[in-house]
Amino acid sequence: MTATDDQFSEFSATRRLILKGAIVVTLTGLGNFSFGAVPALAAANDKWPEEAFKQKGQADAIKALYGKTAEASDKVKLDAPEIAENGAVVPVSVTTTLADVTSISFLVADNPNALAASYNIPPGTIPSVANRLKMAKTSSVTAIVEAAGKLYSATKEVKVTVGGCGG
Amino acid sequence: MNLRPAIRLASVAFGLATLLSAALPAGAADSADPAADAKAFQNYFTTKFPKLKLADFVNGPYSLNEDMHRQWVEKEEFPPYEFSLEMGKEMFAKPFKNGKGYADCFDNGGIGVRQNYPYFDEKEGKVITLELALNRCREANGEAPLSYMKDEMAALTAYMAFTSRGKPFDIKIPNDPRALAAFENGKQYFYTRRGQLNFSCASCHVQNPGQRMRAEILAPALGILNAMPIYRSEWGGMGTISRRFTSCNSQTRGVPLEPQSDEYRDLEYYLSYVSNGLPISGPGARP
Amino acid sequence: MASTIRVRATATGDTTEVQALIQHPMDSGFVKDAKGNLIPPHFIQQLAFECDGKTVFLADWGTAVSKDPYIKFSFKGGNKGDDLKISWVDNKGASDTTTAKIQ
Repeated sequence: MTATDDQFSEFSATRRLILKGAIVVTLTGLGNFSFGAVPALAAANDKWPEEAFKQKGQADAIKALYGKTAEASDKVKLDAPEIAENGAVVPVSVTTTLADVTSISFLVADNPNALAASYNIPPGTIPSVANRLKMAKTSSVTAIVEAAGKLYSATKEVKVTVGGCGG
Repeated sequence: MNLRPAIRLASVAFGLATLLSAALPAGAADSADPAADAKAFQNYFTTKFPKLKLADFVNGPYSLNEDMHRQWVEKEEFPPYEFSLEMGKEMFAKPFKNGKGYADCFDNGGIGVRQNYPYFDEKEGKVITLELALNRCREANGEAPLSYMKDEMAALTAYMAFTSRGKPFDIKIPNDPRALAAFENGKQYFYTRRGQLNFSCASCHVQNPGQRMRAEILAPALGILNAMPIYRSEWGGMGTISRRFTSCNSQTRGVPLEPQSDEYRDLEYYLSYVSNGLPISGPGARP
Repeated sequence: MASTIRVRATATGDTTEVQALIQHPMDSGFVKDAKGNLIPPHFIQQLAFECDGKTVFLADWGTAVSKDPYIKFSFKGGNKGDDLKISWVDNKGASDTTTAKIQ
């Protein structure tokens, strides 16, 4: 971070406060609606997989999430840049020709916690997801596709020259 | 021969030359010719990057590297400046306490005018940038000025740039020796080395665009202001032209000037003028 | 207060493509502020999309999802004019919900 940016860190702090305030406003302002959101998430019959997100290593995270291991498959197409322009925003997407996909996950092996995101794919939803991830440093990025109860994966190395964890 | 006295001698010679050129009336051999400067500037870049069209330069480093270009296309599907742009639109429409608004301070209600900034105010004898004009508009209407660096100022300029997208930069230098002097002063700032790294703006953005400076791909100076303000991933947020200038100075380990100081205003005048004809593309997204 | 959620949902044939951008700091808990103190983790944990009362997409997110997160997916069904409900909840229990019309 440059000296100039430090000079304005006060503003970031202010912005954070405003944001926090805004969330409080949203909560109170929405009243019943905010309660509405939670059952909707619960109804999806899926709790946030805390254990899997807590794991440091990739293998442990996959095990905690799925309880099994994945095999590499050329039917899983992972798209990620060769060199990330900035580790804070790395566009990563996956698509697959596999049938009966129920879940897609993204892992960054060398991040402090390997599991980045996991998506539940209900029947009728196309097994193709694009998102933007943070990468602390150069690492392999793995996409896991769960199809018909089995795990398939694709991996790609992404070089990171500007880390996405600040500092 | 010892190097240090040689440098001192050279700088004295340079100082003399500057003094002389300042004292000489227009018409001297090295007299300022902004139109010729702009032409040479644009030719330099189109020759250096023969595959690019002039308008491509407004997309900065993304036009110079294929892997980055793909990341950019993906980002632009839902650009990170979207929230700022929307905030700017709301701010612009919201009246001040006195009932007036930003629209009252600008030609055409401030819509589609970004390409005309900065301009030279002959009454004041100085360069007026869009950021400066916005704060003056606020102060004239009893509102406190905004920080020049980001947040609200970035949001307002993002919205105004958005309404000018595609319109070519149309910076004018009136027939006024002070305007010409401002242009020349901006040019001098641009090419003068400074900071512990002893870099000029041109060291990176004229001599080495497309090259990596440590981790980053350097943007060409041509069209660099057309994309302002920008959401920089490095900043994790929006920044204005003021922020770009000050952070550039810091990165060469120099001491940045005050935002909207005369030198920065002249620099913006110079840099915008030599990009005349290139379309406004702001707000932009950058690494 | 404007919504934290921006969404574009476009139906082409029998497929609806959804793109969403959410305003959220997604603090990882690994970054320090200017004073050297760790900024505590603050991130969206779940994001759900519902169409016609049915969940069409559910995201579980950790701290490695970028600030102001972006997501793109597609689903079968969904017609122009249908409502798409989007809701998120973060690790501090804050949440937001919005409804967008499929274009």
